[in-house]
Amino acid sequence: MTDKALTITSLCKDRGPTRVLSDITLHVAPGERVALLGHNGAGKSTLIKSILGLIPTDGGTIRIGTAAPGSAQARRDTAYLPEAVSFHPALTGREQLTLFARLSGERADVPGLLERVGLADALDRRIGTYSKGMRQRLGLAQVLLGKPRVALLDEPTSGLDPISRQDLYAIIDELAGQGAAVLIASHALTEVEARTDRIAILRKGVKVADDTLANLSALAGLPIRLRVRARENADALAARLGGNRVNGASVELLCSPDDKMEALRRIAAMGEAVADLEMTPPKLEDLYRHYARETVQ
Amino acid sequence: MTRFLAITRAEMLILRRNRWLLVATLIMVLFALALTFAGSAPTGTLGVDMLTVSVASMTTLSVYLAPLLALMISFDAVAGDVDRGSLALLLSYPAGRAEILLGKFTAHLAALAFAMTVGFGTAGAVAAWFGGAGPESLMALLRLILTSILLGAVFLALGSLLSALARGATAAAGLSAGLWLVFVVLYDLGLLGAVVMDQGGTFTRSVFPWVMVANPADAFRLWNIAATEGVAMTSGMTGAAQALPVWAAPVSLLVWPVLGFVLAWAAFRRLEP
Repeated sequence: MTDKALTITSLCKDRGPTRVLSDITLHVAPGERVALLGHNGAGKSTLIKSILGLIPTDGGTIRIGTAAPGSAQARRDTAYLPEAVSFHPALTGREQLTLFARLSGERADVPGLLERVGLADALDRRIGTYSKGMRQRLGLAQVLLGKPRVALLDEPTSGLDPISRQDLYAIIDELAGQGAAVLIASHALTEVEARTDRIAILRKGVKVADDTLANLSALAGLPIRLRVRARENADALAARLGGNRVNGASVELLCSPDDKMEALRRIAAMGEAVADLEMTPPKLEDLYRHYARETVQ
Repeated sequence: MTRFLAITRAEMLILRRNRWLLVATLIMVLFALALTFAGSAPTGTLGVDMLTVSVASMTTLSVYLAPLLALMISFDAVAGDVDRGSLALLLSYPAGRAEILLGKFTAHLAALAFAMTVGFGTAGAVAAWFGGAGPESLMALLRLILTSILLGAVFLALGSLLSALARGATAAAGLSAGLWLVFVVLYDLGLLGAVVMDQGGTFTRSVFPWVMVANPADAFRLWNIAATEGVAMTSGMTGAAQALPVWAAPVSLLVWPVLGFVLAWAAFRRLEP
């Protein structure tokens, strides 16, 4: 048990007559980064709040190290970034972070932490003047307080611009490097795919997948979507490529990852008849649909 | 222990920065001064000093203002964090819910005590300077300030209770307005109606004083009136005060803040962020 920072076993949670989390089992090792994916209402936030001990559960167990959720030990060991967090607008960033440091009982280098998340200039400005991204950074700074054993990040990229996202993932790597188990809830696969060790997919409170992205994609065998825009005659192009007409000028065809190069060669060979080509690899949507279907059968 | 002080410190910073402290103190000073000067006419006829009259007027003012100011700060105590989405984060820290509530309550009470002391103190000083004061009227002023803070504490606790029960700050504000209306206005009107209907029967003589003192706002009034003869004379309501033992009003006013806080804590504990 102790080799896992976070252990969830057969967790269930009911909200009224509906079961919002059903028999969830999930382990996160120290230093491991796990993405928790699922659409809105899939149960990601509920799962995170259960781990924090903020809401009662209806079966199963959660352990942070060996501590029960909500216990004093578990609270000290856990860091949390809520979704779209906001703070009191009248406080400055420094004051807000100082409050969190005092609450956690840590002697913290508050200005250093704020500098780490890129808020050095806004240290003594009121949070009311912060942009959404800056508030998110402030939320991230409090995650770095102390040395958490488990970090729970709920939609950490929401409101961040692309450069900030890079910074965010650098910070997540740093956390994992210090030995924290990081659980990142998100609904955007593209943002987490390169930066996480494992992906767990939730659908309506059921864990439908839990593996590395490569394994999940391979298992699913999802097609790549090619959209070809014809210069003149889309019907003729559709006939030659064997795809479907999707609008006035485009043809869409699906191919497996193995056939991708072959299809591209065929399209390139058509020369002037093709005006443009768009290639879409499988998205969370596709993976998600796939795994959702599999559980129904 | 230091955790609740951390909350208190941040909350005081907020009250000072969003000018709440300044505005509340100004309101108290202005109203208290206005009443002191407007109410200074009957000093000659009643044969009491101006500070006594001033305290009597300010007692009436405080019944309305102390609960109002208290509710105006405390309605946001829990519901504000719910609205901002920061409550779950706050609760994920090692501080317990009682500590969070106590931290905010302490800061709010300190702010209220400051506004009350400065407001009534200024008016009292002005009254004493212009119309004279004695040991008895100074005691009455001190009692007014302390009981006003206690009355404020009652409604700070009740405001926190509503804040924990309501889903969001707007709902909490609405509930607080309702609570104020019930305790400060409707309760007395209801009692008055009952007394009129009863026409001096058993209800008026034995039940009514107890029902009255059960309301913290009336307990506050009774405590201040019963304690000072001069204040009782100028306010013209001694009947109810004489029908009750001396300890009734102080007990009511001291039990209410504790009761309110325990209820607020119970509601906060059940809250799922």
